[in-house]
Amino acid sequence: MKEILNEMTIKMRSLSVNEGFARACVASFCVQAEPSLDEVTDIKTAVSEAVTNCVVHAYPDSEGEITINVKLYDDSVFISVSDTGVGIKDISRAIEPFYTTKPNDERSGMGFTVMESFMDEMNVIKNKNGGITVELVKFFEKVSCKAVGETC
Amino acid sequence: MTIKNRVYNNTLYVLLSGELDEHTAKNTRITLDEIFSSNGFMQIIIDLSELAFMDSTGIGVLIGRYKKMKDKNIPIYICNPSMHAEKIFKMTGLYEIMPKII
Repeated sequence: MKEILNEMTIKMRSLSVNEGFARACVASFCVQAEPSLDEVTDIKTAVSEAVTNCVVHAYPDSEGEITINVKLYDDSVFISVSDTGVGIKDISRAIEPFYTTKPNDERSGMGFTVMESFMDEMNVIKNKNGGITVELVKFFEKVSCKAVGETC
Repeated sequence: MTIKNRVYNNTLYVLLSGELDEHTAKNTRITLDEIFSSNGFMQIIIDLSELAFMDSTGIGVLIGRYKKMKDKNIPIYICNPSMHAEKIFKMTGLYEIMPKII
């Protein structure tokens, strides 16, 4: 089993204003593992998509709680974004590109597709007590010191 | 999100600055619709050089504006997207309806 270098958990209300905070917070935390700028941007986007799902779909008519857990490894990061909202009836349908339950709200239906494309792994799990958890994994492609002729 | 615009040679230039996500989407839609509802231009160029962040919510906003302008036969073009925005545009096929210009 891989050693966890660091771990954090944040809880927040399902307010859209928290999207920027969530992605910046997770990205800042990941910087310890020295990811590339592209990798940080990918992580920010995926977290933003997952939190938006909670704000828009998990709690459509009310506010609820969003929990983000981040486990940092030397070569990767594991991120889970959980809610206790209304859940998703058909997960396999929901993650299809361009599928949206709110076409009149100008939704692209690409949230899960973006998460899947920008991260290396994505799992969407129904929680026992309601809501869903989105699990995301990103592996870091670190440039070796020898390759760039520097001393580590 | 800050939006600046000007009309030059029958073209409406729009500069988006800041972050486009669920939180800023509503005001972005309203502001763009106000700007687009004016007259005096035959095409629109949206400059994303100062857009620091965008997720798929931004795609929904742009497609929504495209649909409204399509009814008026006014094409919309994208310029100066970040590498990151470009990745989302290519993934979603946005360039097929809002081509990128240099």
